[in-house]
Amino acid sequence: MTEPADNTVQGTVQRIERGEAFLDVRDLKVHFPTDDGVVKSVDGISFQLERGKTLGIVGESGSGKSVTSLSIMGLHKRGVAKISGQIFLDGQDLVSSTPEEVRLLRGKRMAMIFQDPLSAMHPFYTVGTQIVEAYRVHNKVSKQVARKHAIEMLDRVGIPQPDKRVDAYPHQFSGGMRQRAMIAMALSCDPDLLIADEPTTALDVTVQAQILDLIRDLQREFNSAVIIITHDLGVVAELADDIQVMYGGRAIEYGTAEDIFDNPQHPYTWGLLGSMPRIDRERTERLIPIKGTPPSLINVPKGCAFNPRCNYAHLNGGASETERPELLDIGAGHKVACHLSPKERQHAWETDIKPKL
Amino acid sequence: MTIEEIDPTAVPGVEAPAIGEELLSVDGLVKHFPIRKGLLQRQTGAVQAVDGLTFNVTRGETLSLVGESGCGKTTTGRLLTRLLEPTAGKIVFEGRDISHLSEGKMRPLRRDVQMIFQDPYGSLNPRHTVGKIVGAPYRLQNVKTEHGVKRAVQELLELVGLSPEHYNRYPHEFSGGQRQRIGIARTLALRPKLIVADEPVSALDVSIQAQVVNLLEDLQNEFDLTYVMIAHDLSVVRHVSDRVAVMYLGKIVEIADRVGLYETPMHPYTVALLSAVPVPDTKRKGNVKRIRLEGDVPSPINPPPACRFHTRCWKAQDICKTVEPPLLQLAPGHQAACHFPENQAGEVSTTPAATNQAGN
Repeated sequence: MTEPADNTVQGTVQRIERGEAFLDVRDLKVHFPTDDGVVKSVDGISFQLERGKTLGIVGESGSGKSVTSLSIMGLHKRGVAKISGQIFLDGQDLVSSTPEEVRLLRGKRMAMIFQDPLSAMHPFYTVGTQIVEAYRVHNKVSKQVARKHAIEMLDRVGIPQPDKRVDAYPHQFSGGMRQRAMIAMALSCDPDLLIADEPTTALDVTVQAQILDLIRDLQREFNSAVIIITHDLGVVAELADDIQVMYGGRAIEYGTAEDIFDNPQHPYTWGLLGSMPRIDRERTERLIPIKGTPPSLINVPKGCAFNPRCNYAHLNGGASETERPELLDIGAGHKVACHLSPKERQHAWETDIKPKL
Repeated sequence: MTIEEIDPTAVPGVEAPAIGEELLSVDGLVKHFPIRKGLLQRQTGAVQAVDGLTFNVTRGETLSLVGESGCGKTTTGRLLTRLLEPTAGKIVFEGRDISHLSEGKMRPLRRDVQMIFQDPYGSLNPRHTVGKIVGAPYRLQNVKTEHGVKRAVQELLELVGLSPEHYNRYPHEFSGGQRQRIGIARTLALRPKLIVADEPVSALDVSIQAQVVNLLEDLQNEFDLTYVMIAHDLSVVRHVSDRVAVMYLGKIVEIADRVGLYETPMHPYTVALLSAVPVPDTKRKGNVKRIRLEGDVPSPINPPPACRFHTRCWKAQDICKTVEPPLLQLAPGHQAACHFPENQAGEVSTTPAATNQAGN
């Protein structure tokens, strides 16, 4: 594996051509033409992720978080989805690669944990068979060796009696065990990039805690890059190094976990934090919801997509309704897409929002 | 099975208890679903979904039932609304035993006991207009409204934050949060006294969830509603409840008022549940002292003997495997079923809620 980021002239050229970070997504757009109009599920997002780091993508349903991950994995049907932009995985552009080339990367270089393990696993084959199949695609080994590896993986993710359970069918597992089996499958080839799409949403809170610990432990062990997609801010706060908040198919705020939780700058992020009852704080009498509903992706509001729901849009002299704010760096890698001036934003956060959270 | 002889035409709730009095009481409630096998469909076992619940609900309060999936909280909700008939035990609503009322005799009572369902997509008939859905209770109960059903429905829609013009629209035209509001409007049509809400916000996005939680609270204040809330999100439960009952495998293991339960939980299971809640605070990252419960909830077909939690409990001793701990009052208004309860008087509590409040 070559490290593309070095300081020589050749390195600079490489950086531009092959992406800077291990995963480098540049101006990714995923549009779905439908009879009602073009659904702009993802409309220009860029982010980078290094090995050993975790990126949390947060947003409501329809904000484009899952579509982003599926396009990295190359799981959109070509022809149905219009994908543009670049996705560099260790220097290789996935958008311009053929489906066959991307297929070879799946499993070995990148793997995914899906939200619903019951529908993500094939009901007709045993769990063991499914792990063995994935392993043997990338490793030329005999069935016996692959089976031994599958048992090891099941043991690693904490499934009791893995030598017996390897022959069980997915329906014979409980929800938490199925999710573990899927993690075992995703990790069977030591992927460099692991995408977890709502990995714990379908699970109970005690099982959720087990799975989150497991993902954290395995990441440390394999030094993989992890993208965790969720709507639960508690989950990202525990796992993520960096957080990207998405709204209406675009990133509206990006920063370290500390930036997002301790000094959020976008009114939507404030809204998310205010909507959420906090178990670790004094109980508030009322939650502070965001008014209105998430936008339709066919008809995204002009200007800032959040303007119809924003309490501060009127401060911008009409810019919010006409001009789309760009995601700009406000210092130390903390980026925000908002028309409010830094002073107004800081003032609103200090006086209106922070005391109420 | 005994069916109490009560005049079905009697107006229910003539001697309605005042606020603070008991509205509903449940005593030794049991529901077993039989498992049948073979040609003769002989019963070979039973799913012990609910196994001996005793609690009461006071008028005007919110009682939440929490627990992992499979603990019997939804079954309990369905028993309270008598969508299911209990195997044993008694449900008394406003002084009247409703445990085995026939469907016909139950019908007048349905005005007083209503339900909000979890899935806003599955609980509304896609072929009916909003007007028809929300107006259905009036038709079914033959209730005459002052200015006609349409007017009443439009008032309800306004009440839950929808527009009266939505009357002729179909459910598919609405988002999840709006659908949940339609369901709530239908629930409120007959001005019920008790609402059983089964995971009313868990299918909604965070920002919408807060809107619906606030709506439920406003309605409670306006109409003196009593809620039995079934939920698994412990942060939401803490926000909405007056009292909380924690269920594990068909039994209540702890029941207490909100402050008592979150600050000094006594049952080890409650302690574990609370410590597992992910907290959106980056300062806690990596140094959370979390109690990791091993494994999954055992099957309710063959639950562990005595204390049902002993297979996963870190405090379990021999007595837990042989003697079932009774649900005892260990502090005022605080009952727990454990041989070795946590946070007994004098001990320092260890939950995130309590430690943080101590720090404030």
